[in-house]
Amino acid sequence: MKIIVAIKQVPDRDAPVRIAPSANWIEERELQWAMNEPDAYALEEALLLKEKVGGEVIVLSAGPERVGSTIREALAKGADRAIHIVCDDLNGRDALGVARLLAAAIKPENPDLVLTGLQSEDVGLGQTGVIVAELLGLPHSTMILQVEKIEAGFKVKRELEEGWFQSIELPTPAVLTMQSGGNNLRYATLMGIKRAKTKELRTVNAAELGVDIGSVVMLERITAPIKQKSTQILPGSARGAAAALVEKLKTEARVL
Amino acid sequence: MSILLVLEESGGKIKRASWEALAAALRLGPAESVTAVVIGAQTEALATEAAAKTVGKVIRLEHPLLAHYTADGFCIALQQLIQNQDATQHVVFAHTYQARDYAPALACRMGQLLIGDVVGIDEGPVFTRQLMQGRLNGSYRHNGNGPCFVSVQAGAFRADTDAGPNAASAAITTFTPTIDAAQIRTRPGEPFRGSAQTVDLNSAQRIVSVGRGIKDAANLPMVQDLATALGAELAASRPICDNGWLPMERQVGSSGQTVAPKLYLAVGISGAIQHLVGMKGSQCIVAINKDPDAPIFEVADYGIVGDLFEVVPALTQALKAAKQ
Repeated sequence: MKIIVAIKQVPDRDAPVRIAPSANWIEERELQWAMNEPDAYALEEALLLKEKVGGEVIVLSAGPERVGSTIREALAKGADRAIHIVCDDLNGRDALGVARLLAAAIKPENPDLVLTGLQSEDVGLGQTGVIVAELLGLPHSTMILQVEKIEAGFKVKRELEEGWFQSIELPTPAVLTMQSGGNNLRYATLMGIKRAKTKELRTVNAAELGVDIGSVVMLERITAPIKQKSTQILPGSARGAAAALVEKLKTEARVL
Repeated sequence: MSILLVLEESGGKIKRASWEALAAALRLGPAESVTAVVIGAQTEALATEAAAKTVGKVIRLEHPLLAHYTADGFCIALQQLIQNQDATQHVVFAHTYQARDYAPALACRMGQLLIGDVVGIDEGPVFTRQLMQGRLNGSYRHNGNGPCFVSVQAGAFRADTDAGPNAASAAITTFTPTIDAAQIRTRPGEPFRGSAQTVDLNSAQRIVSVGRGIKDAANLPMVQDLATALGAELAASRPICDNGWLPMERQVGSSGQTVAPKLYLAVGISGAIQHLVGMKGSQCIVAINKDPDAPIFEVADYGIVGDLFEVVPALTQALKAAKQ
């Protein structure tokens, strides 16, 4: 089975984000980057499937040169090869524009399955996978926790709201967006990191893919959220703040 | 000028989130420009429920193949309906799991892009949605020709004040799409519950909830001690349950339980929107976090900015001392 996993490099969760002077994106200098967590779960599910039924796992990522480090991480975890769509203006493209890039790179590979995380931790639109499916004319399902290969295609466990789940069957090929928590993420081994250096990492320039670069939706401006509630921040040492909080909860909020 | 509001059903009733979406639609145009759509194999009761609201008209989008939700069925049916309407300007959804599954595909099929998870609508219209796990806001504008697709986050617009019942009933019509069974490529099964629920967070008066800041499962007893001192149930944000550190049934948020206790104490939780929707109705919210810009402080009544490994034991001590 040939599986393509689309991954995104996003600002590290703990990295402080600041608004860029242009006010339409964040300041990228001095930022630490990481693999989008739901994409890491998608990669893990692909590796588990490959271990079970055999085949090949290809990682696909779009972005500037820095994305290479996240791709290497995926190769070190066990992906067989990678495609890097070199694109310096990824943030200037809307989700349709990004999905067009990914779909154009996926199409000639004719995969049996395309996996990606259900949403990114930076922009969080949660639609790229679904749009890729639509552009490729493939069936899809979203918020998937587990994927099983069956005779007719795939049987997946989909998360619904409020603790409910659903099984869905899809034919091959299909596109699935993965929810976090369905499997246990592996770490790259030293051997894996060594091997990753010899694996194929093909780069393709975004311009070569010949996709429409017009955008339908514009991110015009980024702002800091306006506080809607006045939070009383209790200052001082841990002990002092803790004592003050207990007092407030008792006498002011009356919840103790 | 016309707005199509796509309503979602659950257990034979329209979901509350859909009425919040109506409140959002009414920001885009007057009630008479809003056409509410109910989808299914039998939609009479849903249409009657919708017609009593502040909408211009109601359309029953009805077909036997729409009895169960499938992305293919819903996309085909809604595309035909939209193409049959005169110049639809906006198509509005509640940002539910279902809408997230098919609305992006429907928009794409029509050369459009959904502006998803919207929390605010201003003149323009300019749509606000959150970025960077709620730490920043983004202002979005629709740029293309054709309908603008928007989905609205739960809790962002007030259903009870903006979209109350209407004295006059809106006119109801039926639209029957052409769908072939072969066009529906996925086979959905019946929904099922994960595991037997043994914890009812809903009935807890106090909840201590723990997030990523705890760093390791080995540190959980420290938070459990705090919960015990408070007489509180222990809960968690999604990553803690994803890691298997606490069972899924203790998860608070859009994919877990929605709670509204008297006291909700969030420890090491940054406050991504998926978590906030599950707890922001709590009477008193306390947040302990090392990041002063963490979005959890947006909803907290009291906050302590600091190292939870120092603050949590100190708080446990202070509570024990206060009891004596």
